Amino acid sequence: DIKDVGHKYHLELELEDELDKDSTVNCTAEVLYHLGNKNVAPDVQFTLEGELKSTEEADHVFYTRIRSLEKELEAENIPDSHGHVPPELQPLHLLAWAASGFLVWQNSTENTQLQLAQVKRVKQVRRSDKYLQFDFQVLLHEMVSQEIIPWEMTVLWHPRDGVQVTRESRQPGHSSG
Amino acid sequence: TATMRLLLILSALLGACLGLETFEGHQVLRINPKDEEQLGQLQFLESLEHLELDFWISPSAPALPVDVRIPAGSLQSVKAFLESQGIGYSILIEDLQDVLDKEKQDMAESAQRERSASFDFGSYHTLDDIYGELDHLASEHSFVEKIQIGESYEKRPLYALKFSTGGSARPAIWLDAGIHSREWVTQASALWIANQIASSYGTDSFVTSLLDKMDLFLLPVANPDGFVYTHTSNRMWRKTRSKNPGSVCFGVDPNRNWDAGFGGCPLLAPPGPGASNKPCSDSYHGPSANSEVEVRSVADFIKNHGNFKAFLTLHSYSQLLMYPYGYKCTRPNDYAELESLGRAAANAIKSVYGTTFQVGPICTTI
Repeated sequence: DIKDVGHKYHLELELEDELDKDSTVNCTAEVLYHLGNKNVAPDVQFTLEGELKSTEEADHVFYTRIRSLEKELEAENIPDSHGHVPPELQPLHLLAWAASGFLVWQNSTENTQLQLAQVKRVKQVRRSDKYLQFDFQVLLHEMVSQEIIPWEMTVLWHPRDGVQVTRESRQPGHSSG
Repeated sequence: TATMRLLLILSALLGACLGLETFEGHQVLRINPKDEEQLGQLQFLESLEHLELDFWISPSAPALPVDVRIPAGSLQSVKAFLESQGIGYSILIEDLQDVLDKEKQDMAESAQRERSASFDFGSYHTLDDIYGELDHLASEHSFVEKIQIGESYEKRPLYALKFSTGGSARPAIWLDAGIHSREWVTQASALWIANQIASSYGTDSFVTSLLDKMDLFLLPVANPDGFVYTHTSNRMWRKTRSKNPGSVCFGVDPNRNWDAGFGGCPLLAPPGPGASNKPCSDSYHGPSANSEVEVRSVADFIKNHGNFKAFLTLHSYSQLLMYPYGYKCTRPNDYAELESLGRAAANAIKSVYGTTFQVGPICTTI
């Protein structure tokens, strides 16, 4: 409890590689939730104790594949109602997961627990520069209220630069039929 | 033509009366605003609620396309508007229902491929298929009986399986699933559990000794209206489908509708209450305890039986194994036993594939 500032949490985490469950990295973090203004994202400082695996090859494969598509990539419902993600859409699902992490961070308080539930729609937007651009409509699930919140985000990605969310907007209303 | 439009409107109304959401004649347009002014026109269009436009990509910046689903009845007006404003568009989907029909067909075909002679307990099914399998299980095993404990809001039967090898009102265990309809893995799990128990009686010593002493009541779909809705309309639907007077929003969260600390203390400090008093909320507790017929049917059944010893309910996701209380943070009388039983169960689960479940009282765990 930091008087007049907020609540600080010290965390010790074990990060597990989604694609290789045996691969783990320890991490320590400090998270400061600010008092008062709920529109400010919590401050996060972290230290990785070890190195993350290199994804250079997989990144290159994905990048080249998308760049060489004749028609801009479009997809819906990832995963589908049965929880399936077709193999060719898995990299995109991972990208959405990473990018939605930014949304979660920006919109978290001590009383929320947000998680990506589904990519409702994704559309690639062709660019003349080196970046891949995807416009996403995602559904975030908020554990406390149980609400499913539709959210739009524009994501830029490049193998060397990583993920950027350049635009995001929470959509009104509930996820509808 | 005007007649076409009238027919389309009438058929949409008729469909709505029958509780069907059909997208016949709905088109999805891709609109390309070329400047801020056109963008403004589209935002204006978005505000006209009577057109019932469903923006798949909302107007936000001139560089980005706007995708919108237009009900048949509004098509003429919207196209006329766009053309009069010189706003370019193309037709992404000529008839949305065709696309949805094809999707359904694809699903049916793949289900057909998966199906051999027996029910695939490892995949998701419709309500009708699940109810069909309940009949099948009851017919295959003499100690399994399908019973009806009530009816849902939309008058669907609430079917449960009774496992009983004899006696009269033996001490009983209750298990339900799917009280939150979108949690599909729970209905599927309940069915899997039913089949597992039915098949192992007589061969597995634990199951045999359990059913020789106690009865099991299993309700695989506690919220059938919501479940059907997740198949037909909205995969993310959680609540019941009851009408809330004075509100456009349907449904009550059945798991906030029980008569135990009803509408009471929030689980967490504000602004996140455990239950909401707003009908549009996904955790709306309803106008009063047991207002939902689905909940009342279960409560009445258990009270009338009088000899239940354990109550289990399945939810997803999270991998949490929890015991009372949720609506308050005092320990239950049997806290020590519940905690040790929970730990034993979590260890047993972990021993199979390494899956970890966190154990604890609802109040502090979730």
